[in-house]
Amino acid sequence: MHSAHAEMLRIENVSKSFTLHLRGGVNLSVVSSLSLHVNAGECVALNGPSGTGKSSILKMIFGSYLTSSGAVLVRSGAEFVDIAKAGPLEVLALRSSTLGYVSQFLRVIPRVSCIDVIASSARDDGCDDREAQSRARSLLARLNLPERLWGLPPATFSGGEQQRVNIARGFAAHRPVMLLDEPTASLDAINSAAVVELIAERKAAGAAILGVFHDASVRDKVADRSVEIQPVERSEICD
Amino acid sequence: MNHVPLLSARGLSKRYGARIGCEEIDLDLHEGEVLAIVGESGSGKSTLLGLMSTQLESTTGSLAYRRRDGLSVELDKLSEMERRILLRTEWGFIQQDARLGLRMNVSAGGNVGERLMAVGWRHYGQIRSEAQDWLARVEISADRMDDAPTTFSGGMRQRLQIARNMVTKPRLVFMDEPTGGLDVSVQARLLDLIRSLVALTGLSIVIVTHDLAVARLLSHRIAVMRQGRIVEIGLADQVLEDPQDPYTQLLVSSVLQV
Repeated sequence: MHSAHAEMLRIENVSKSFTLHLRGGVNLSVVSSLSLHVNAGECVALNGPSGTGKSSILKMIFGSYLTSSGAVLVRSGAEFVDIAKAGPLEVLALRSSTLGYVSQFLRVIPRVSCIDVIASSARDDGCDDREAQSRARSLLARLNLPERLWGLPPATFSGGEQQRVNIARGFAAHRPVMLLDEPTASLDAINSAAVVELIAERKAAGAAILGVFHDASVRDKVADRSVEIQPVERSEICD
Repeated sequence: MNHVPLLSARGLSKRYGARIGCEEIDLDLHEGEVLAIVGESGSGKSTLLGLMSTQLESTTGSLAYRRRDGLSVELDKLSEMERRILLRTEWGFIQQDARLGLRMNVSAGGNVGERLMAVGWRHYGQIRSEAQDWLARVEISADRMDDAPTTFSGGMRQRLQIARNMVTKPRLVFMDEPTGGLDVSVQARLLDLIRSLVALTGLSIVIVTHDLAVARLLSHRIAVMRQGRIVEIGLADQVLEDPQDPYTQLLVSSVLQV
């Protein structure tokens, strides 16, 4: 990890719009001229009403959305990589070394057991089998997932259980930059508290965390700062 | 990871008289990468797979491959003998119809073992034990080893085809709709198997599928084909979540959500 306060993530003047070809080429702007930064050991919350592009910002950093303009700089060793201009291989390399992302929905191969889903994320992070299993077990226990479910594939789990598997998978890899999209959205108070604790630990270990937290009490506990996201003027322009 | 592509196509085209199979394909495949080629029937994806795997001869264009010994070879300049050796020692091919990729009247063990004999294995006991080991890895039990695949279910045949291909430790495997026509539960098992093979062996795969969910779960990158051309290529999740091309947007929006 990097020394405290080192800048890990910097977004400069970023905009995102979608061209909807199925709707006659309508241009839909979702993020406009956004700048922000996140330092090592810090958690920054993206605030704003729903539909203001908060998830889109996380996706641009992870590379699952393209960036229309501006720079998305992620520290990799001594240098910054601009995700907005990086090719697929560079983005994949950053994902396996630097970027962690907890999405809102779990997406896995149907037959794989939940403990293997999590252990495989730890293995991708360089753990041997034994350590990967132990990380997975420890996370599942902390997130209060009943042990009888660990050997089952998560497809049949409830929404809250699936989300805990998703969080465990995200936290099993110790990445220096973490993106969290509503990690506590479908969790009860006890499990929200467990997630708050996990976030605090990653911060203490020097991770830079950028997240969307709809729950104000969770946000107050984990975030050092908030960035207010303003709704973009919804002008739909036809080409 | 070596940054020189494993397989590199430039200007690859295939025409059948006036009809276009594939047109001007530029494509790089990297070591350890899984590339999915998606598109509707008739989009040219199987033609492209045929060209990349040298099963089809291109009309124009070039195709280079970096061999295990580090040497890059122009595939269309290889003699038939050299090409056959390459296919046997470094490549695999999984057919959608397992009957085309297997010898249906030879036992399961024989199907796997004969590939080892083709690369020079001679000791019967070693061949049999290596074959048995691979059958176990694809979850075919030892007591079916002497049965012919005619007695196997579709999913088992497909797993046997994978064992037959993997036993010689290929670096690159081409797959044509490997999960097509299988029940969903059988398909899930096969996806799990392919994924773990990639993770364990660092294998590169070019997979043709019309199923976007399969492409998403298995591949690093997706190439979308239409009318013989690649209309969009990028990271798997980016192509599916933020498609740029009008046709990709149509394709993605046409998928039923579960």
